[in-house]
Amino acid sequence: MNSYKDILSKHKGLPGGIIQAYHAIQKEFNYLPEEAIIATAKEFGIPTKDAYEVATFYSYLSTKPRGKNIIRICESAPCHLAGTNEIVATLERELGIRMGDTTPDGKFTLEFTQCIGQCQGTPAITINRKPYVDVTPEKVPTILAEY
Amino acid sequence: MGVEMRIVLRNYNKIDNSKIDDYIDTGGYKALEKAYNLEPIELIEELEKSGLRGRGGAGFNTGRKLRFTHGASGEEKFILCNADEGEPGTYKDRVIIQGDPHAILEGMAICGYAVGAKKGIIYLRAEYPYVADILKTAILQAKEKGVLGDFQIEICMGAGAYVCGEETALIESIEGKRGEPRSKPPYPPVSGLWGKPTAVFNVETLANIPQIIEKGSAWFAGIGDPSYPGTKVMTLTGDLVNKTFIEVPTDTTIRDIIYKFGGGIADGKQLQAVQIGGNSGALISPEYLDTSIAFDAMQKIGATLGSGAVFVTDESRNLRDVVCRISQFFEHESCGKCTPCREGTMRIHDLMQKICTGDGTKADLDLLTDLGEMMEVSCFCGLGQAAPVPILSAVKHFNLLDEERG
Repeated sequence: MNSYKDILSKHKGLPGGIIQAYHAIQKEFNYLPEEAIIATAKEFGIPTKDAYEVATFYSYLSTKPRGKNIIRICESAPCHLAGTNEIVATLERELGIRMGDTTPDGKFTLEFTQCIGQCQGTPAITINRKPYVDVTPEKVPTILAEY
Repeated sequence: MGVEMRIVLRNYNKIDNSKIDDYIDTGGYKALEKAYNLEPIELIEELEKSGLRGRGGAGFNTGRKLRFTHGASGEEKFILCNADEGEPGTYKDRVIIQGDPHAILEGMAICGYAVGAKKGIIYLRAEYPYVADILKTAILQAKEKGVLGDFQIEICMGAGAYVCGEETALIESIEGKRGEPRSKPPYPPVSGLWGKPTAVFNVETLANIPQIIEKGSAWFAGIGDPSYPGTKVMTLTGDLVNKTFIEVPTDTTIRDIIYKFGGGIADGKQLQAVQIGGNSGALISPEYLDTSIAFDAMQKIGATLGSGAVFVTDESRNLRDVVCRISQFFEHESCGKCTPCREGTMRIHDLMQKICTGDGTKADLDLLTDLGEMMEVSCFCGLGQAAPVPILSAVKHFNLLDEERG
């Protein structure tokens, strides 16, 4: 695992590189640890509050620890109409957690997301940004078994 | 089935998106060569004459935007590609890039030559890492072949924020900041990325440019509605038989899109409402189906073409629930910079939740209308100004209080 210091040293000096640095940190840690945000502020020569402002603005950045695999369920209108609620209920039951939570073994986190651009196959979800379309409650166990 | 006209999707599923030679074999990069033989201002005039208007939702004349950027003083200029499509029900930019990534690169390079920019950046939404891979391959191959000359293209990944589709918020995000929109003027062609002259174009707009240069402005201006010529990629979602994407001339009617291309309403049901342009579009009732999708025609009925998303709900759907979901989206996506949007989107969602429970009253609808009309005139950017549109149109054209209709 790369330490966030190594990651930051690759991105510093690139104008506007802070978001890309955050992406790289999250690739390793799945969230932005507080000390990483403080270190980012230092590397980019900006006040810590500015580094926090960016870290908390975007929905793909998280300041809270998350599981290894992040399941995002699209809650936008076309997916909602196609049965998102049933998929949510099935995922919560299969994993034994509620939306927003992480399984005790740290394997899965359930999050809502807005449109993921796979609307030809509603309802749609992503796991670690890989899309799954036309999801049905029956397909959920098979999808989870991939991870 | 209706007949499509494919310009930006001409190579979709016909060529291998990982092979630059496939694109070159279909005439790719010829338009850029042709552009180099024109003076930049001649090139801009040609695009102006074509009548091409932005395909991201604002409908601004592409040639004119290039003219402003061309005329702005400054050594360094930028061409930005807005690939941050986030309107629910929209995936057109994804299929355009997946089908023909080099058309975007070529379009950007033509714009770069027109305004004197040496650098282009594609701002791609975080949801599309698999699209980034396609673009990276295309950029690498274009560089190896030397087809882009001294024009450089980079990808900048977004991080999940609908508001970044607004061009100045997008620029803020590329600069590594919160994606909050800037005060306009100055507009990006005068002062954009890093304060330099910048032209921002939607993916679909850029994909049209090589074809226009190759076939001429008269050819393009003759397609579809003269006030908004060309084609539009539409993505069909909701209660339709065919949930698919199509590319059609802009004089196509909503009726043909739903019944010819969409195959009609699923399960033999009747149409209740159609929302075009994503969440920020109006809910349209069946009486307006014979309107064409052209930008100005849609504006005349109080609707928008927007991103080209077509979201259909059948008669059995609880429209209050759908509108509530739409209002929740805006509460979530408001960036919080201005009070009317931050507070307004939350209050609209509150009121819609109340209406959803069946406890809504006429007074609630009046309050929604007041609030929505206030937001349309007082919100800082397009997000807040458009957020009330679906709600206001639903209040106006549909009965949100009627238990039986739902």
